[in-house]
Amino acid sequence: MISYWAILSAKFRSLLQYRSAALAGLITQVVWGLIRVMIFQAFYRSTNSEQPMSGSDVETYIWLGQAFLAALPWNIDTDLRAMIRSGGIGYELVRPVDLYSYWLSRALAWRTAPMLMRAVPLLAFAFLVMGMAPPVSLEAGLAFAASIFAAVLLSSAITTFLNITMLWTITGDGVTQLMFGLVLIFSGMLVPLPLYPDWSQPIINAMPFRGLVDTPYRLYLGHIPLSEFPEVFAHQLIWFLIFMIAGRIALSRGLRRVVVQGG
Amino acid sequence: MPQIVVEDLVKRFRISERDAGLWGAVRGIVRRRYQTITALDGVSFSIEPGELVGYVGPNGAGKSTTVKVMSGILVPDAGRCEILGRTPWRSRTDHVRELGVVFGQRTQLWWDLPVIESFDLLRDIYRIPRNIYLKNRDEFIEVLDIEGCLDVPVRQLSLGQRMRCDLASALLHSPVILFLDEPTIGMDAVSKLAFRDFIKRFNQERGTTVILTTHDMDDIEAICDRVMIISNGKILSDGTIDDLRHLVAFERRLVVDLDGDSAPDIHPEAVVSGIDGRRVNIRFDPERISATELIAHVTSHNQVRDIFVENLPIEEVIAQIYEGEEN
Repeated sequence: MISYWAILSAKFRSLLQYRSAALAGLITQVVWGLIRVMIFQAFYRSTNSEQPMSGSDVETYIWLGQAFLAALPWNIDTDLRAMIRSGGIGYELVRPVDLYSYWLSRALAWRTAPMLMRAVPLLAFAFLVMGMAPPVSLEAGLAFAASIFAAVLLSSAITTFLNITMLWTITGDGVTQLMFGLVLIFSGMLVPLPLYPDWSQPIINAMPFRGLVDTPYRLYLGHIPLSEFPEVFAHQLIWFLIFMIAGRIALSRGLRRVVVQGG
Repeated sequence: MPQIVVEDLVKRFRISERDAGLWGAVRGIVRRRYQTITALDGVSFSIEPGELVGYVGPNGAGKSTTVKVMSGILVPDAGRCEILGRTPWRSRTDHVRELGVVFGQRTQLWWDLPVIESFDLLRDIYRIPRNIYLKNRDEFIEVLDIEGCLDVPVRQLSLGQRMRCDLASALLHSPVILFLDEPTIGMDAVSKLAFRDFIKRFNQERGTTVILTTHDMDDIEAICDRVMIISNGKILSDGTIDDLRHLVAFERRLVVDLDGDSAPDIHPEAVVSGIDGRRVNIRFDPERISATELIAHVTSHNQVRDIFVENLPIEEVIAQIYEGEEN
């Protein structure tokens, strides 16, 4: 365990160096958040019919989404990509560690470091300036925390899977864009999932992506009652396991065909 | 008992190729052509504990492929490889624990982190006991003179500094076997000397087995007891540097600087290959006339200012072996 923890913490520390990226990301996310809030306000003002979510809940949902944006599996590890291109990947294979766990640890850091750097100031902004509501209850807050943790695990397993596909594609660009689209639409990042048509709900609920955004945020809002927490939490963990197993299988296949670039 | 046994190793790569130009690119989308390259074509050797072996060959000969198979990175298509009783690609994690590896041109240090943090990270990855880690680290910092690099992020180091840090990081866990794959590429003369010195000393003091692939014949001549030459995936020769010389040339060279104007009188068994001012270059076959006999003859029949026997430069020896293979 010590090895994996060390890898996680090293990756974490190296990511914390990118402070200007964090600042730029923070500003973008605030502006983007404001735009999205305004769009939904316009939408709510123009309708009289009962919506599955209240306007203020949607705003909170949006600000949470902006705060935890960096935790989404929307890109691949650029260090790993550079290694696969240059052949430096050879060094990854001469370490006495289980390669999958090693890469998952990297991905965990890759997902959490930028997220933490942005989430704290962004939540402060949302609470103080935008008047965002706190969790409906202490229990809801705890359920939210547990669920965010599971969301980061799930996101890291998806990221690791994307990283592993680079053993075939080298660049990983195509797979990443495909995944980005799926995540954006089916996680709730674009439009909160309860606002999608009723017929699509069972499909969306079965897919893994709601575990990244929709599940934790609606627990926060109390929109998913605490009685349903075990079920939605299990959904997140099951998908985490599925991506982990798929990643392991892909990795052991991929390593058989490794041709270390550059002789 | 040998520490490393390699038998009939075969590795082929399939490389996709396409014709040049736009038309070639378009055709490549529809129909891919593949070319199979045999990187290793039945490579066999064995290495005893504590040997320092140079592994030489032209580009694309299969040097790095051999090293990668021995490191457990590549799985060969056929053949046997046993290192410390293990098959590298079958028990990878146990195998690599005993291994130190340096691939030239690439770094194993974390790009964004200060060097010392990479060292600490390796300590945790290899679970190096604290006392061994500190002892090794402090020794390498001193011997390799990298004190000043420790707090600098790797991306800001010069190549020579980085290679020295890389070498230190490959040895922190006291590996039993060390693979160096073209480590001296791009190094300046001073760094190279320091590098060789360190490897030689490390090999002698700790008994670590070292396999060094290189293009730099000076590397080989300076430190290796044994040289293996590979070309087109086959081992062409395996032995000491002297063995290697005997393999291609029985011929030796004698250079004589004369005093006075008299025409040189050289032994009939030797051949004058060139006269440059008062310097006479002589070639002879030691089977037909010994060096002492020739020198005695030359010094008694001429006014000699200086005289020395020259060995064929190792580059030429190896070039001749490659050529011999092609013909």
